[in-house]
Amino acid sequence: MKLLTLASQDKTCTTVLMALAAVTFIIPLCNLLTPADSPLHFSAYTVSLIGKYLTFALLGMSLDLVWGYCGILALGHGAFFALGGYAMGMYLMRQIGTRGVYGDPLLPDFMVFLNWKELPWYWLGFDHFGFALLMVLLAPGILAFVFGWLAFRSRVTGVYLSIITQALTYALLLAFFRNEMGFGGNNGLTDFKDILGFNIQSEAVRSVLLFLSGFSLIGAFLLCRWIVNTKLGRVVTAIRDQESRVRFLGYRVEMFKLWIFVFAAMLAGVAGALYVPQVGIINPSEFTPLNSLEIVVWVAMGGRGTLYGAIIGAVVVNYGKTVLTGLMPEIWLFTLGAVFIVITLLLPDGIVGLLRRKLQEQHA
Amino acid sequence: MKTFAENLFGEDDKLKSSVLADGELDTRHGPILYMEDVSVSFDGFKALNKLSLYIDAGELRCVIGPNGAGKTTMMDVITGKTRPDVGSVFFGQTIDLLKMDEPAIAQVGIGRKFQKPSVFDALTVFENLELALKADKRTWQTLFFRLSGEQRDRIGAVLETVGLSAFAKERAGILSHGQKQWLEIGMLLMQEPKVMLVDEPIAGMTHQEIERTAELLLSLQGERSLVVVEHDMEFVRSIAKKVTVLHEGTVLTEGTMDEVQNDPRVIQVYLGG
Repeated sequence: MKLLTLASQDKTCTTVLMALAAVTFIIPLCNLLTPADSPLHFSAYTVSLIGKYLTFALLGMSLDLVWGYCGILALGHGAFFALGGYAMGMYLMRQIGTRGVYGDPLLPDFMVFLNWKELPWYWLGFDHFGFALLMVLLAPGILAFVFGWLAFRSRVTGVYLSIITQALTYALLLAFFRNEMGFGGNNGLTDFKDILGFNIQSEAVRSVLLFLSGFSLIGAFLLCRWIVNTKLGRVVTAIRDQESRVRFLGYRVEMFKLWIFVFAAMLAGVAGALYVPQVGIINPSEFTPLNSLEIVVWVAMGGRGTLYGAIIGAVVVNYGKTVLTGLMPEIWLFTLGAVFIVITLLLPDGIVGLLRRKLQEQHA
Repeated sequence: MKTFAENLFGEDDKLKSSVLADGELDTRHGPILYMEDVSVSFDGFKALNKLSLYIDAGELRCVIGPNGAGKTTMMDVITGKTRPDVGSVFFGQTIDLLKMDEPAIAQVGIGRKFQKPSVFDALTVFENLELALKADKRTWQTLFFRLSGEQRDRIGAVLETVGLSAFAKERAGILSHGQKQWLEIGMLLMQEPKVMLVDEPIAGMTHQEIERTAELLLSLQGERSLVVVEHDMEFVRSIAKKVTVLHEGTVLTEGTMDEVQNDPRVIQVYLGG
């Protein structure tokens, strides 16, 4: 009940939730129920594109939890997204079976190409969907735990922490580029055939993936909303504003940071796992520091510390990216940079801050 | 006439079992806080120089001294913010504070009010107090924490005490400087610490507020031990039984307000004579 009242206090938030619910339910339903030539039918391209935006929104929201609420400017959040994506990609690779170019029943094509005779131990179990899902949560979760444990315990904060998060994702980028790592090197994992026995290219599966992305996003939003309104959420907010003061109240600041960091990393992992089957590929470029910086731009643009601001930001920026890279690919990065500067200088609370001000003016 | 045991252990403890559990606070010898030969230096500057200080259980002690005398550094050492170069700091007979970090020291029962009011501006007054409330402060327990009726009443009572009931639902950021001071004091009360370190409680307060602060601090002594650092001599006189004067990181003298004010060394330090 408290969730509902909280949502109703904020018109923008309600609007975002309604829009999400509409996209999540209506688009897949239309596509499943109408024939391909109907005007209510969305193209496979559109469905995948929207599905992709939704996973980015989930990714942005998970960063907002860490940055907007806990004040940790993590510049390597994309690493957790990519790890979740790789876990899903490994499952999808194992699903290919004998349909690969080399027709090996056990080894993915790139391993045959590298003359490997056996499946590496860390690929075991990925033929089970349940195991892969577990890894989608555990791989980013464990990395975040180890990294956070070391960083937060040594009280690394501010710009230093941001820099080492960048280093983390860059190190992973270099590692995943290597063929010997066994993750497909430069090319990554691709040529997926099916998921849970269903053709991954089929319209129905695409619609279902979009639905799952939207459903996960709404679920995660409600969960995050609940968390930030618990006492733990308030401790985290207090840490953002006066970290040392919180310690003198008897809270172990590093444990709270670690908790929120690991949780957010897992959410990012889920986003990555939903992203990969919709785009059909995961490769090391997902680890590029630039990707992680872009997530920060989404959150800053949407409005930090609101959760739904990150959703708006992710969708707006990525829609802009789709349109602009279609029209004039070379100006996209300049536009993004310019927009980020303008937002930082003129709209510190992002789009949500602007909308709130407009609403207040209407009431006044 | 006190019995031998009472003289030795103090009256409060005569019913207490002589065997204490590990880590339990042991104040049978009188003092609740021991600082012995504590030295701290920052880049060659000796902020504390072989400082020794004993605070008795239930005592209200005022600490005065000119700027740079080491008052705040002393509190930093007790609360774990600063590690001394040498010396020992014990809470009761058995708890070595130098082996603990800030949250552990806070949980064992030492609370602190900062010189500069440092409340959480983004949270409401009520939420500020709720965060300070004595409770299980581990992550999962905090996530699933629900305020009991009793705890709610307690927050209500503290809001009443610090005169902020009307502001319970307001963000702490909108409070005036004096009100933030009160909120900090309220947060200190919520922690129910055995020792309260109160750094400059009356800065920014009106005359009436100062009087109420004095009343509040006086009402707390006995049940709790208080160490109050304050510059305002009139205020110190109104609450202090025993005053410690710090100078250049060490104790210059201790005694009643009259004694220390008439001490020629104190006069010299303050007047720079």
